[in-house]
Amino acid sequence: MPTFAGGIHPPDKKELSESKPITALKAPARVVVLLRQHIGAPAKACVAIGDEVKIGTVIGTPEGFVSSPVHSSVSGKVIAIGEFPTAMGRPAEAVVIENDGKEEWVPLKDEPNFMELPPAGIKERIKAAGIVGMGGAAFPTAVKLSPPKEKPVDVVILNGAECEPYLTADHRLMLEKSKEVVDGLRLIMRTLGVKKGFIGIEDNKPDAIEAMKKAASAHADVEVCPLQVKYPQGAEKMLIKAVSGREVPPRALPMDVGVVVQNIGTTYAVYEAVRYGKPLIERVVTVTGEGIREPKNLMARIGTLVSSLIEACGGFSNNTAKVISGGPMMGFAISSLDVPVTKGTSGILVLPEEGLFHADEYKPCIRCSRCVDICPMGLRPGQLSVLAEKGHYEDAKANNLFDCFECGSCAFVCPSKRPIVQLIRLAKSMVKP
Amino acid sequence: MSATSQQQQRLIVSVSPHIRSEVSVSRIMWTVSISLLPALVMGIYFFGPRALAITALCIVSCVGFEYLMNKALDKPQTISDGSAFLTGLLLGMNLPASIWSVNPFLLHLPVLGSLFAIVITKALFGGLGFNIFNPALIGRAFLLVSWPRAMTIWIKPSAAFLGMDAQTTATPLGILKEEGAGKLMEVFGSKGSMYLQMFIGHRAGSIGEASVIALLIGGLYLLAKKYITWHIPISFLGTVAIVTWIFGGKDPETGKLLLFAGDPVLHLMSGGLMLGAFFMATDYVTGPSLRSAQILFGIGCGLITCLIRLIGGFPEGVMFAILLMNCFAPLLDRYMKTRPFGTRKEARA
Repeated sequence: MPTFAGGIHPPDKKELSESKPITALKAPARVVVLLRQHIGAPAKACVAIGDEVKIGTVIGTPEGFVSSPVHSSVSGKVIAIGEFPTAMGRPAEAVVIENDGKEEWVPLKDEPNFMELPPAGIKERIKAAGIVGMGGAAFPTAVKLSPPKEKPVDVVILNGAECEPYLTADHRLMLEKSKEVVDGLRLIMRTLGVKKGFIGIEDNKPDAIEAMKKAASAHADVEVCPLQVKYPQGAEKMLIKAVSGREVPPRALPMDVGVVVQNIGTTYAVYEAVRYGKPLIERVVTVTGEGIREPKNLMARIGTLVSSLIEACGGFSNNTAKVISGGPMMGFAISSLDVPVTKGTSGILVLPEEGLFHADEYKPCIRCSRCVDICPMGLRPGQLSVLAEKGHYEDAKANNLFDCFECGSCAFVCPSKRPIVQLIRLAKSMVKP
Repeated sequence: MSATSQQQQRLIVSVSPHIRSEVSVSRIMWTVSISLLPALVMGIYFFGPRALAITALCIVSCVGFEYLMNKALDKPQTISDGSAFLTGLLLGMNLPASIWSVNPFLLHLPVLGSLFAIVITKALFGGLGFNIFNPALIGRAFLLVSWPRAMTIWIKPSAAFLGMDAQTTATPLGILKEEGAGKLMEVFGSKGSMYLQMFIGHRAGSIGEASVIALLIGGLYLLAKKYITWHIPISFLGTVAIVTWIFGGKDPETGKLLLFAGDPVLHLMSGGLMLGAFFMATDYVTGPSLRSAQILFGIGCGLITCLIRLIGGFPEGVMFAILLMNCFAPLLDRYMKTRPFGTRKEARA
């Protein structure tokens, strides 16, 4: 079974939520919609306090090419525009909308011949719907679908690896919306003029592989590709290597080797946007972990506060110590439950005190080579961490510091429990790429 | 309990990843110590309780010096991480059991060896992770150089467990060096008998080095646990086997070098090679960390071992071979680069 060199096998803990069907979470009394939920320039608020909005009304317009519009996820009244706490730590500008409970939508219309739309039209709808990469990086999808002419793309890969432990949002979507996801993939292929699409799925999800194979069976140009279970199989470069055998060079993009990768959730959103003109106002969020009473896969409105998600899952079950936005390997620990769900929020993970690793206890590097063996980027993470610790940032840079995408595998396996990712981030912040 | 009341509770915020593997430095050190037990038990069986006493003295001394140095240098206490225990265990297993029975006063040797290992080689270089040389081997090298006679008196192994009387004898490598392969046959009777005795560990030598089968059990256990990899042991043992096969033979009549007439099996099972290749050369801190560099490291260890055994003045060379290669570990790591993802082989920076 194809894969990449290196990687780790953390306990996957998918059993907590993988059998829970996606359930819609009631829209909250108010939503906090961040104007910057994507890589690139923040959107600019185009509503004022007191304005009435519907579900899908544009409340922020994109600024520049790499940007994205944002939409209201409830119907009601704008009650505040200002800085709010976010999962990433820094406060950011948001529009707060009070829900009037009427659930009024902007007009949507079904386009039965959506598969025949011209590529430019598809891209326009994707852009207008505010779709960004929903795996976490949140890069505007329309930009990703506009490669420059000198970089021809011949393969589209859907990322169904979902290699982060605990998370099951993509898994559920593949099971419950298989056909829609395949149609979304074919729309993306059509936009790029690509003849070959792959769906890479780790083989710890045999039901998803089965469902996607069934949904893709009518289309000769779509192929499901089971992958070895290994973290970080879902990292873009690792996925491309496993599925196509191509290696994206350092500092290059997937399009440099003729590949575009899309997340499962994103692809589902593309389908809904192109077919119905539905903007991205909700997403599947896995709320899970040993610290939550009832793990669930929730379809939550963008702007719902984490506290509402936790309440909807029965609250904390025991001595909760850490709440993480995203998965346990690359997610962000949040300090407040008053942060909103964004387009890139794939999960909320609640970890209890028991068995929690405390970051302050660590020992010197004993050069055991574990991190060197597992680094998917072929780096020497332990050495980078020592260089960063001693302030030799330029040396770290010369040792390919910026190839690191912070998957955390090195810190996971380190017997000295060194904060390798933290030290690498420190070094990255101290030198220019 | 509602989410809002819980919200008052302070949440821990730290950088990802938020989960860690179970492997820790202390787990590694204790596991390696456990994997040495079969060889230690065989040493005690053949050399008597004095073997246990010497090893225990080394362990107590090493842990004691580690404790004192941490106190003196005002560092957090590290004795529970098992590394000082392991150093003591390895030092003890590298000493001849004779230092007890020949002259009880020589019992200061384990203590002084421990002092050199822990205080000079480890603590003064910065503690675990910063030492350049394998502490146990430096401890032994210090003793060998300072008390060359006491360190080379070997007790004849006997299964008379409680017998404290001891006949002294020479090690197989010593006999081979001084009196030749013919004498070795005389001592052991036949080649088959020699191999069998050496495989079990019924031969003169340091406390923990003799029993090949016990060391293999421990070494394979560490390989299976992935605490060590094949790179250093195999390249080390392979090099010794090939070089001793090619250059290890002598014409019994003339005493001149006879190519391709050596006995690699004898060499593999002699001296401290098995102990060194699986448990000492594989020390993380003092060896290279890239797998490619580890192969060169193993080959280097093998070559120096053969040079000393076949040409040098000492009958055995594993200890000096590993210590000399320890010096090269950083250089080997520097020379052998990893290949960053997305760079083809020709683009090696």
